[in-house]
Amino acid sequence: MPLTGIEIFKLLPKTNCGDCGVPTCLAFAMNLAAGKAELSKCPHVSEEAKAKLSEASAPPILPVTIGAGDKPLKVGGDTVMFRHEKRFENPPGIAILISDKMADAEVTARLKKARDLSYERVGLTLSSNLVALKAESGDAARFAALATKAKGSDANIILMSDKADMLAAGLKACADKKPLLYTATKDNADAVAALAKENGCPVVAKADGLEALAALTEKLAAAGLKNIVLDAGSRTVRQALQDQIVIRSAALNKKFRPLGYPTIVFPAEMTDNPMKEALIAAMFVAKYAGIIVLSDFQGEVLFPLLVARLNIYTDPQRPLATTQGIYEINNPTENSPLMVTSNFSLTYFIVSGEIENSKVPSYLYVKDTEGLSVMTSWAAGKFSADIIAPAILKSGIGDKIKHRKLIIPGYIAAESGGLEEEMSGWEIMVGPREAAHLTPYLKAWKPN
Amino acid sequence: MAFEIPKTAYSGKIKEITLGKGDKAVKVGGETAYPFYLFEGEMPNLPKIAMEVYDCPPEEWAAAALEPFAGVTDDPVAWAQKCIKDYGAEMICLQLLSTDPNGLDRPAAEAAQVVKKVADAIDVPLIVWGTANHDKDTEVLRAAAELCQDKRLILGPVEEADHKKIGAAAIGYKHTVVASSPIDINLAKQLNILLGNLGVPDDRLAMDPTVSSIGYGIEYCYSVMERMRMAALTQQDTKLQFPIICNIAKETWKTKEAKISEKDDPKMGNARKRGILLEAMSATVLLLAGADVLIMRHPEAIKLAREMIADLTAK
Repeated sequence: MPLTGIEIFKLLPKTNCGDCGVPTCLAFAMNLAAGKAELSKCPHVSEEAKAKLSEASAPPILPVTIGAGDKPLKVGGDTVMFRHEKRFENPPGIAILISDKMADAEVTARLKKARDLSYERVGLTLSSNLVALKAESGDAARFAALATKAKGSDANIILMSDKADMLAAGLKACADKKPLLYTATKDNADAVAALAKENGCPVVAKADGLEALAALTEKLAAAGLKNIVLDAGSRTVRQALQDQIVIRSAALNKKFRPLGYPTIVFPAEMTDNPMKEALIAAMFVAKYAGIIVLSDFQGEVLFPLLVARLNIYTDPQRPLATTQGIYEINNPTENSPLMVTSNFSLTYFIVSGEIENSKVPSYLYVKDTEGLSVMTSWAAGKFSADIIAPAILKSGIGDKIKHRKLIIPGYIAAESGGLEEEMSGWEIMVGPREAAHLTPYLKAWKPN
Repeated sequence: MAFEIPKTAYSGKIKEITLGKGDKAVKVGGETAYPFYLFEGEMPNLPKIAMEVYDCPPEEWAAAALEPFAGVTDDPVAWAQKCIKDYGAEMICLQLLSTDPNGLDRPAAEAAQVVKKVADAIDVPLIVWGTANHDKDTEVLRAAAELCQDKRLILGPVEEADHKKIGAAAIGYKHTVVASSPIDINLAKQLNILLGNLGVPDDRLAMDPTVSSIGYGIEYCYSVMERMRMAALTQQDTKLQFPIICNIAKETWKTKEAKISEKDDPKMGNARKRGILLEAMSATVLLLAGADVLIMRHPEAIKLAREMIADLTAK
């Protein structure tokens, strides 16, 4: 939780020297509080004040990076309890569990799933982020072999064992991937902390209950570690939800530094049913998890979960947008209807979904309206005749269809006159207001 | 370091309302904390699930959604009874799809007869849902309200444009109103005020914030519901302290992601399980945002949602 301007002001020299570029210390303090200035601009601030201010300006939930190379995973760094207050920052990493007791073929299959199960949506690629390698065989060489194999994939790695020597064996095989070490406990904290420090790796602190967990993270922090992830040990749904809420609230509302880290959760340890596991994982997407480890990946589980994560982590102030262009739905021909709509992603999904359901082969032209819906963009003057007409004429759609008819959303019926003026030779047809009414409309539509 | 659990300062409570009547009436609402924040307050009534029944045979449904109701989809009475007997439905929601003026356009009097038949055949609370066409819903819901005047129906969606006529019928014949607003906390509040002014008693009002499924804007209703609960519980906004009903089943099952076959898109996995999960996962997300009643379809999705509710409230 950042300091207020007044709190910062008390730590400044109060000389109003102006060396920082603003006339008074109070004004400088206000700029600092608003994030508009850097403390280093003040040449006279005391070391003590510097330390206090930098501690206070550290994010209340520290961001932690796992992995190295092209796609390291950043988790934590959140600043709000509710997404509408600002936004949720870093989506939770999704991991697949791989045990060193599994047969080679199974390991290969799981690594392949982690790599291949990805989905395109609104121009984004949704995919999982991590493989969690669990030492269960008791054979350090076997665990190291698994880590070596996983290193060849591009997934980030979690090494799982409560034995420091086992973690060391795995780490030797993949240290340059900067894997997350799971886990430090009160019994092995010194050894695991040493490993994490030596290799520059993030580490999970696991304890039973939040008080013990806070004590453990303080110990790790005292050993010089900053990249810490929390496991409160709870494995029932109710307690796990409570722990997630309390950890975030303590960090944000009470500035309780020992719990100011992202969390890791294990839905598979709360149920044997993969369907239920998916729901528990979804709960953790909504309620604050940093990393979610799943027992396995199946498309029917992973897809809904990744989309739920995308939805909850969408910035409420920045709607998702779809790329402008011609979308072909149900294999259209030169005699298929042409519709135009806005590029707010929800508008696109709903309209294209209804067209698909109608089974009528169609063209949908999506106009870039800066992510605004039909009504909003029209009201803002971004979806009017003089903007739609040139876009359609330049799109090349004229070469794909024989007719010259354009269906516009019912809500912008007022633009039809303007469009007929701007697009000579075209007939402008006013479609239904709601996408839900497209099916009968399209079924009745004729090219001539 | 001593650690004390931080707690939210609550000052309000969600109104407790009774749906239906008799032995099988259900109570919802009464929460004194955010959804499932049981370390901070109480949730005296667990969220309930109403099972969907349609008044005409469904078209274009995914096979997975049809299979549990094979043989009864052309008979809403048999369908409702099957939901109760085979799947343990605590409530039924009769979707009056056939009254849609853009579809079959069944007359109001006929639709009301179907409502009456279903209401007479079951003893659990009955939600009656129109097609969100203001003129038609006014006719249909008023006719149903009159014909079933001793049944304590739950009537929705009641929107600003039709709230006076449907609201008056609900008041006169002692039914509960579901105030439906388009994903907007201010419009929701305004409609509750209008219905209150009209004379709808507080204990016969629930809210429908307009919900959508995962992938189709669930984040909007999620945040609107969170804000409703925040206003109701921490800002003494008495006009938002009503239970929330989420009509989520049809929003989920109409999406292409719930229908596409595994053969057509292998990475999407098993189609049946995916449909069930999309519904159950959407329900889970809405439960966490504050749903008191979920209108759901697939028995397995319902079973999963019930298990989540049980786990979230386990002693």
